[in-house]
Formats: sequence, C-alpha cells, structure tokens
Amino acid sequence: MGFAYFPHTDEDIREMLGRIGSASLDDLYSDVPEDVIYKGDFDIPNAMSEMEIRRKFADMAGKNVRLKIFAGGGAYDHYSPAAIQSVISRSEFLTSYTPYQAEVSQGTLRYIFEFQSMMAGLTGMDCANASMYDGPTSAAEAAMMSTACTKKKKRVLLSGTLLPQVLDVVRTYARFHGIEVMTVPGLDGVSDMAAMEKELQSGDVAGVMVPGINRFGIIENFEGLSDAVHSAKALLIIYSDPSSLAVIKTPGEWGADIVCGEAQTLGIPLSFGGPYLGFLCCRKEFVRKMPGRIAGETTDADGKRCYVLTLQAREQHIRREKATSNICSNQSLMALYAAVYLSLMGPSGLKRVNDLSYGGAHYLHSELLKTGLFSDAFPGRKFLKEFAVVPAIPVKELQDRLVRNGYFGALSCGDGIVTFCVTEKRTKEEIDGLISVIRRK
Amino acid sequence: MRYYDKLIFELSKPGRQGWSLPENRWKESTDDLPDGLKRTTPPLLPQVSEPDVVRHYVNLSDMNFGVDTGFYPLGSCTMKYNPKIGEETASHPGFASLHPLQPAETVQGAMEVHAELSRCLCSLTGMSAFTLNPFAGAHGELTGLMIMRQYHISKGDMKRTRIIVPDSAHGTNPASAAVCGLQVVEVKSTPEGLIDINDLKPLLDDSVAGIMMTNPNTLGLFETEIKEIASSVHAAGGLLYYDGANMNALLGKVRPGDMGFDIMHLNLHKTFSTPHGGGGPGAGPVGVAPHLAGLLPSPAVRKIKNAQGEDIYEMVENPDGPGRISGFAGNFGVLMKAYAYILSLGRENVKKVGPYSVLAANYVKESLKDRYRLPVDSLCKHEFVFDGLIRGNAGTDSEVTTLDVAKRLLDCGFHAPTIYFPLLFHQSIMIEPTETESKETLDAFIQAMRTIADEAVSRPELLKSAPHNTPVRRPDETLAATRPVLRYRAD
Repeated sequence: MGFAYFPHTDEDIREMLGRIGSASLDDLYSDVPEDVIYKGDFDIPNAMSEMEIRRKFADMAGKNVRLKIFAGGGAYDHYSPAAIQSVISRSEFLTSYTPYQAEVSQGTLRYIFEFQSMMAGLTGMDCANASMYDGPTSAAEAAMMSTACTKKKKRVLLSGTLLPQVLDVVRTYARFHGIEVMTVPGLDGVSDMAAMEKELQSGDVAGVMVPGINRFGIIENFEGLSDAVHSAKALLIIYSDPSSLAVIKTPGEWGADIVCGEAQTLGIPLSFGGPYLGFLCCRKEFVRKMPGRIAGETTDADGKRCYVLTLQAREQHIRREKATSNICSNQSLMALYAAVYLSLMGPSGLKRVNDLSYGGAHYLHSELLKTGLFSDAFPGRKFLKEFAVVPAIPVKELQDRLVRNGYFGALSCGDGIVTFCVTEKRTKEEIDGLISVIRRK
Repeated sequence: MRYYDKLIFELSKPGRQGWSLPENRWKESTDDLPDGLKRTTPPLLPQVSEPDVVRHYVNLSDMNFGVDTGFYPLGSCTMKYNPKIGEETASHPGFASLHPLQPAETVQGAMEVHAELSRCLCSLTGMSAFTLNPFAGAHGELTGLMIMRQYHISKGDMKRTRIIVPDSAHGTNPASAAVCGLQVVEVKSTPEGLIDINDLKPLLDDSVAGIMMTNPNTLGLFETEIKEIASSVHAAGGLLYYDGANMNALLGKVRPGDMGFDIMHLNLHKTFSTPHGGGGPGAGPVGVAPHLAGLLPSPAVRKIKNAQGEDIYEMVENPDGPGRISGFAGNFGVLMKAYAYILSLGRENVKKVGPYSVLAANYVKESLKDRYRLPVDSLCKHEFVFDGLIRGNAGTDSEVTTLDVAKRLLDCGFHAPTIYFPLLFHQSIMIEPTETESKETLDAFIQAMRTIADEAVSRPELLKSAPHNTPVRRPDETLAATRPVLRYRAD
C-alpha cells in the first residue's frame, strides 16, 4: 500500500537501485554491521489515516480542561490577533531553513531585522539578536555573556525576585559552564540593592541580573543601581517582559548593558509551555559577544538593499569551541509572530493591552482584599498585571476550589504567598465569577 | 519570487492602527503609575493598518524559499516534507490554551502526548528514557553532555573533563561541549572519512568523559567500526553521545542504542518532519540508556496509577538530574507535530524512511560523480559530500567554486546544498535529498547540476555572477560585518 509522503513507485525504486548498482534496499545497508541492523517490530502504533489522527488528538484534547487563566508565573494569557496565524502559516516562512542563502531568504532576513529593531526599540537598547529559545535560557546566555564581556570575572549575582525557573536554569548552565552564581534574596518583595552593592565591592562580579517586573508582579525600581554596578566594572542585566515596556521605564533608561527575557507575552499562545520566545538585547559595544543569529543590512551586487546573517565570526559553525554560544536553531518563526503582533499593535495598541491588564488586575486585587480573606503580601508596591497576596484559607484548598469551578489562579510562591494575574482577555464577569467562587464557602 | 523593498516601519503613518481591542472601562490605567516607573517616550513601533501588515508580510514571504516551494537538498538539515496535519493538531485549542503550570488533573491529554511520544522515540532509537524539554538540536547536545558530566560526578569521578569530538563533527558539537565546561579533544578522520581508531585509542584515559559522534557521519558514511569504538570508550570509563542530526538515514533500520550509544538527541525538525520555521522553533529531545534514566533534567512527565488503578500522568522534578534547562517542558507545539507524524507513519512506514532516504542520496551521488569530485567513493547513507567540480577534464580549469555552483542552483529553482561543510575538504558540497522527493524531482536536480558543470567550462562568468533570477543577487557580506546596521532607525 502507498503512503502519502513517499512518492516512490516500485518502478522508481527499481530504476534507482539499478543506477546505484544495488540489488535491493537492504543492500544499501551492506556497510552496516549485521548485528546492529534492527530486525524487530517497533513498539509504535500502526499507521493511522488523517481522519484517525484528527480523532485521536480530539480525544486527547478532551482529557484536558480549559480553565479561565488568572495565573502568570512566566506564561501569560494575552490576546492573539487573527492576522498573525494567517501570516505565520505561509509555507514560505514555515518550511524554510535558517537563512544561509540570503538570495532566497530575504523574507526571513527582513522579518528578523524588523524583530531586532522592535525589540531594541521596546527595551531602549542598541541592538537585539534574532531570538533565543525562551526567557530562562536567554537569562542563562546573558549571564555567560556578562562573564565573556568582563574578561576574567566569573561571578554573577541574581536577584532572588527573579522567577524560580529563571534562577534554576541560570544555575544549571552556570554549574556546568564554570561560573559562580550567587542568589541575593529579595527584601520586602523587591531586589535587595544594598546587599547586591555590598557583594559588588569584592570586585569579582561580572554581572548583576534583576527582573524589570518580578516573580510577585512588582515593578522594580532600579534608581542608582547601574552606577553601583558600573563602578564595580560589572554589567547590569535586566530580565524583562517586552509587553510591559510600552508603558514602564525601559532597561535602557535604567542603564542596562544586557536585556534578556520572555517575549511569549507578545500574544504567543500558552500552548502548555512552548514554543515561546526568548530574546536578548545589548549595548553596541557588546554586540560581538552576543550569542545567536543577527541579521544586518547591506546591498547586493546590483546595489539593492538586502539583508544577511552577519557578525558570524561569533557563531558555532565558524568558531566551534571558541564560539560565544552553542545556539544554532532558535525560535525564528516565533520572532515573526512577535513582529506581526507588534506591527498590528503599534505603540497605542500595546498601551491599551497594558491598560486593560492593569485595570483588570487592580480591580481583582481590590475585590480580593474586600473579601477579607486576603491581605496584601507587599503593601504599597506597584504592579502591572500580576500581584501577590496572602490568603487566609489554606493555599491548596483555595487552588482546588478555583480549579473545580473552572478558574486557574493563586499560583503558590511559598511563604503562604500566592499570585494572581489578569490580562486584557479577562472580563469583569469572569473576575466577578472568580470572586464569588472565593466568597462561597 | 519577487523583490519587495519595504520595511514595516516605512509603511507607518501616525494615527493608523492595526489593532482591535475593547475600550478601557476599568477605573484605572497605567497612567496612574508614578512617573519614576513610567516610560518617557513611546517605543518606535510601526503604526499601520491590518491590511498593510498582512500584505507586507505576504510580500516578504514571496522572497523566501521553503520545502513547499521546491527541492531543498541542504545537507545535514533533512529538509523533508512537513505534513499539514501536524500544523492542524498543534493549533488545536484544547492544547494551545493550556497554561504550563495548570494542575496535573487538567492537563492529562497534554501529558499523554509527552509520554506517548517519549515511548515511541525510545522504541525507535533503542533508548530507555527521553526528556522532551530541549528546544533544539544544540540544546539537546548541551543537555546530553550535562547528563554525561552528571553521571561521572554522581560516581565521584570529578576529573573527567575532556570530550572527544571528530574533526568532521557539526560545529555545535565542540561549541556545546565548551558551554558545558568540557575541553574538546579532536580525533582525526582516515582518508576513507571515518574515525581513525588508531588515533582514538591513545586518547582514552581517565580524564575523558566520553565521545560525541554522528553516525552516519557528516560525510554521510556509516562508522563501520562503531562497536569497537563503543567497547573501547566504555572500557576506558567514558560514555558515547550520539548526535542525532543524521538519524534520518537510520530511522526504521538501525537504532543508536543497539550501536552502544549511552546518550543521544534527536532533531524533531529534521527526522520527525516538523517544519524548521526559518530557524526554529525546533525540538531536541534527549534519550538515554537504562543506567542513565535517573539523570534526566526537570521537569519530567511520569506515568503512575491512581487510586482506581488507572494510568494517570504527573509532572515531577528529578533531583538527581542536571537540573532545569528550560522554563517549562519543551516546545510542546513542536512535540505535537512530531507525534502526529509518527502516528501517520506507523510501524509499517517508519521502516522505509531510512532506506528511501539512502536510496535517494546514492541515486543522486551515482548520477553526478562523473562531474563532481567524490573524495570517498563508496556507499553513502542519507547524504554525501562532493569536493567541488572535477577540474580540467574538459580542457579548462576555471576558477569556478562551490559557492558559484550553489548560487547558480538558485537560478535553476532549487535551494542550494550545504556548502563549505564539513571542513575536511576545501570545496565541500553536502547534498541530502530525503525520502519525500520523487524520482522526477531528483532527475531535474541532477540535470541542473550537470548543466552547471557544463556552464563552468563554457560560461564560467555566468556562474561567477550567479544568481541572476532571485529577488536579490549576491549580498555584500563584508559591508554588513564591517559597518553593521542591525536595526531600523527613523531618519
């Protein structure tokens, strides 16, 4: 029986084997030792028709429960405009490889250039790369980059207010790569600047990483931090949510040297954790130490404007073990996703996204406090769309009650603290519904 | 394909918008934030309508070449057809709307995809357990090497900090080793293009963590002495890492686990037909042999029995592994596509993937080796490498290079092969045709390559100045690197 993805007829196979001078398909493996040829049956299902596959995935989807998302924790339920799916489904984008042949890859190269421009604009930095895998791995790369930029220094300070998965991934990379990381616990819900400034005095610190918006949803204030970091000849790294940067003070304005973070917030579906979109930006003096692909503008043989992958002397296929990173494939199509999103939104749309999230989050926050069952975890701190509260009910009981009623919220942060998150997708009815579930005994 | 010269920023006009969002009816807005926390100037983003955006990106796509456009024989990249059912399944709202931190009882279907895909990959590779968390091939390599180091460290063996990498290896191998804190020791290839076992054996001491191998190697040649290599490395206390970039040659026919490999990664965007997306997202699952099954990164999906004795899934941390290497549990959307591909192949058709890909590669090689220099003339697997044109046989010795051949192929409606890799030869042309191409497509490519070989003699200037029919012609890469313009700036 035939198979939809194999065009071979018996006659084709015969003719091709004839040209090769082989008697059979098995003969094509005559160079492989007999005892490593697999002769058993694979423990995988029998071939399914497309209809059966559709049905199977529908059945599996039926075992999931769609909840109203009131949680963040590094993955955010923002709205995805319809035009994005239409654009990223174009086969010319979807089924192409990394743009090594610039003459037939101008589409990819141009959107990478646009993405870089948009990310640099949002973060207030000089340049951006073509993307990283996700936020936490971008943070690990940023930490390693800070040691590469500061020569012999091998220590990176991490604020304990970074998301736990960011801390974990940076620590994993650091342990194997051979750099020392020190987590400086947060103080009253924000980075402990004084403790970090004290650590800087040892003189061996390459980089200091802090979150623009932290694991409690708090917008941090870095007044004076870059001076302290720079006078210790270290680099300031800010882990950012690019969606928020339409309205909050940018890493560039805070004096950051490297910016990393998670751009899933730019309308990318939650999709059970991936694919998401890491990003990395820096000041121009550090661009040659930046990992990953970078697109640049140039002209072709006829003088036409065109784009190429550039500064490739940093990369693994040229420098091998001396490369700035091992990254090769990144999240290119998700960079296109973000570029289309930001084009549609523009400055005013992105501000509206933030205003709606802010308004909804502050409404939920005040309604929760009104129930008398919650207190503010860090009173007076400013937040955008995610905030931390301390419930009077046991956390597990609260979470279970929400899930049973179709809501997902109250992510546990330890110490009896939970976070809620509201994006522009949440309506007043949904928030009121959540509150009534909480009030109901 | 048609040239189109706009950047989205150049379509911008103040007052236009491409968004449609509700009015803000909440009492508060971000205007209420204190000035010290607010952005002072709006970001430089385009102000364009939705039709502007869609038309712009469709015009950009028209300057791109994908597998759906035509033949894409890019060596070591396995540019096979990407089935459309995979796209449909990955965007199913029953999966796409799931938050990664949702409680286990609400994501049983998603975890079933994880568990079932892992189980299929174990069977197809002869490995004992898989983590699906790595986001790409190089990320898989790094994860696999962390597992390798973790294995030695867990045994109290701290001195194994060197890793052996063949000179023919993909560039990511030594780069991943360096990121993992390993010192790279290069092992030479024989004139036949295989690992020189006499060069290898003296390197195997108690400082060696293991060896990274690609089999078939980057010349498309099967490392016939793999069993001896495996036993030598194991005898010295090292582990064998399998770079799965070339797994397509062996799919359904040979399993890395049966060759003696302890750790491996797969590129789902190569062997398992998920689209490459212009450079990702991919997926680089890592498989391990039984003695390493406890050393996978966190988090991991585990199957357990509930109180009623039914199979259920849970997401667990693994305290013995290297730690966390990803925010959540991998590029889930990509995993869905790979699983759909495996289900469509089934146990019957999966056995044909490797053989058909090898058939295609040998057919093209045999059809061109009288015009292009074949440094190692033997059976190849899914790909092979020419070292440029055969020179002088037509009475001339033009200056035509591999780059010129590649650029001329673009004029003929084909994507170019991988060029100047592997580094073993000066004029490498690495061709991988894959099993989803018809004989007619391969014949057309062969004809184009032969015509180009003729043109190299009769009209070398045509090749030196190629391509001629593409949206842009050869870019000035030196200008791009010496005077970098890396972002749009409003004049």
